[in-house]
Amino acid sequence: MTTARTALRVGAVSFRLRRRPMTVVAVALVLLAAVLVVGIMVGDFPLTAVQVVDTLLGGGTRRDQFVVTELRLPRALTGLLVGGALGLSGAIFQAIVRNPLASPDILGVTWGAGAGAVSVITFSGSLGVVTGTAASIGVPLAGLAGGLVAGLLVYALAWRQGIEGFRMVLVGIGITAVAGNFTHYLLTVGDVQDAGRAMVWIAGSLNGRGWEHVVPVALALVVLVPVALVGGHVLGALQFDDQTSRGLGIRVNAARSLLIVVAIVLASVATAAAGPIAFVALATPQIALRLAGTAQPPLFGSVVVGGVLVMLSDLVARTIYRTELPVGVVTAVLGAPYLMYLLVRSRREARV
Amino acid sequence: MSVRLEASSLSIGYGERLVVDSLDLSVIGGTVTAVIGPNGCGKSTLLKALGRLLPARSGAVLLDGKQIDRMATRDVARVLGMLPQAPSAPEGLTVADLVARGRHPHQAWYRQWSSDDAAAVDAALEMTGISDLADRTVDELSGGQRQRAWISMALAQGTDLLLLDEPTTYLDLAHQIDVLDLVQELHASMGRTIVMVLHDLNLAARYADHIVAMRGGRIVAQGTPGEVLTERMLLDVFGLDARVVEDPVAGTPLVVPVGSRHRLP
Repeated sequence: MTTARTALRVGAVSFRLRRRPMTVVAVALVLLAAVLVVGIMVGDFPLTAVQVVDTLLGGGTRRDQFVVTELRLPRALTGLLVGGALGLSGAIFQAIVRNPLASPDILGVTWGAGAGAVSVITFSGSLGVVTGTAASIGVPLAGLAGGLVAGLLVYALAWRQGIEGFRMVLVGIGITAVAGNFTHYLLTVGDVQDAGRAMVWIAGSLNGRGWEHVVPVALALVVLVPVALVGGHVLGALQFDDQTSRGLGIRVNAARSLLIVVAIVLASVATAAAGPIAFVALATPQIALRLAGTAQPPLFGSVVVGGVLVMLSDLVARTIYRTELPVGVVTAVLGAPYLMYLLVRSRREARV
Repeated sequence: MSVRLEASSLSIGYGERLVVDSLDLSVIGGTVTAVIGPNGCGKSTLLKALGRLLPARSGAVLLDGKQIDRMATRDVARVLGMLPQAPSAPEGLTVADLVARGRHPHQAWYRQWSSDDAAAVDAALEMTGISDLADRTVDELSGGQRQRAWISMALAQGTDLLLLDEPTTYLDLAHQIDVLDLVQELHASMGRTIVMVLHDLNLAARYADHIVAMRGGRIVAQGTPGEVLTERMLLDVFGLDARVVEDPVAGTPLVVPVGSRHRLP
């Protein structure tokens, strides 16, 4: 019995070793590498796995180099990082709100980002207010701003001497509706061509993603993953009712606020890079939780599983049909039945 | 005998309503104190304020002479453990993990789990007799087992002050005795200081050294069970017509309610 709770100790640093969650992460990392290689192999210029690995390690012909490093690697990495960010964001939200429905999709963060980005797309096109570089940088920046505004608005409106999960989900659904309708309004008033471009962005697409999309998400993850993992230590003790958590020595509101802001930024940055890819943030933590057999979504596990999920969905989106589909269409098709399952399933909570 | 926990002209309110009204209380180290009183008399509220879960409107709570709301939350949690009345845990949490959360105040992000933690968790499970349930999930336990799991968590926290809010609620009599025997053992063998809210007056009389009777947010009587549990007090505080006889087993006061069926005309 004690063996299941062995401590790993290095100097003053010591962690708990849990076999199953660690196995899940290890297997998922192998899968991640495999999907990354396959994703780079597939396309108009098919490459073999050997060619891909060789090229990634600096070999290969000049053509292979171009196809891999300029076209397919940035796209695959964007998918990986966006998936990881969405997975982590969802895991934090679900752990704090203690509700599997809580995710940036449901809480309005991704739709807020969508509204921000679509305003730039529609105003930059035929109206010519924003053009050229401004438009290409403006879309992700506006997405980021929109997501932050929506997320912080939900947070502020749901605040009554503290954050209560259920109220936050309800407020989030309201903000989602507002942001969604604003987006549809923009699409109606906008130029047809702009509306077309905006629709692809809204669906969530990895098409044509380059290094300029990889860098911001990578930076956000480099900064925020350690913050989340450090703060995640508190998440375990935040799992209870407020009184029990406070009794364990946690400043409940401060800890919750910090983690929610981290989750909002992660989701906004991811959405800014690839559009609101549906259901990833909602489903990933629950998949990771079931695989790892833990009571709360495992943070690092959710990062890796999210990466695998988005890259795999993108692979399907690119190959299933003659023309390429946006990745968000695939995740939506997979995710919609799952959302219905969540809504139908009654939630039990252990109480004394 | 030193004062560990002290309320000094403490008032607590929700909105307009004052639930605890300028109350003074001293909890002596190494004793078991039971707080009794009718529903809504403020006993739970008092316990929460003693565990700094509720802010004082005026007055103060002092933990070992220091004002509790000026102490770091973590420092308080290393000295004082609190078991709320109806704690809730996420679905799927195992008993071992629940109890392990009690170690939180002793951990840091770089020291999330040490052999001390493992030893404390094993000891806490052992003490409440639920070692064999360690890998079960909390939601599949019976009421009595679940309450023991929560008490284990409070024990794993390793505090020598424990505040228990109605630890026997929802339990059948045998399990109530189990839980209170455990409280007694913590007190007797480890010298812990315990403050608990109890509904059952006879059990309070048996297991507490000191009884505090509350009504309308104030303390109306306190002292040994023999001093506090009198027919006069029961009528004043609970509005209950009752006889007080000697408990044939423990020799403590035993409250026997009269009730309308047996009231003499």
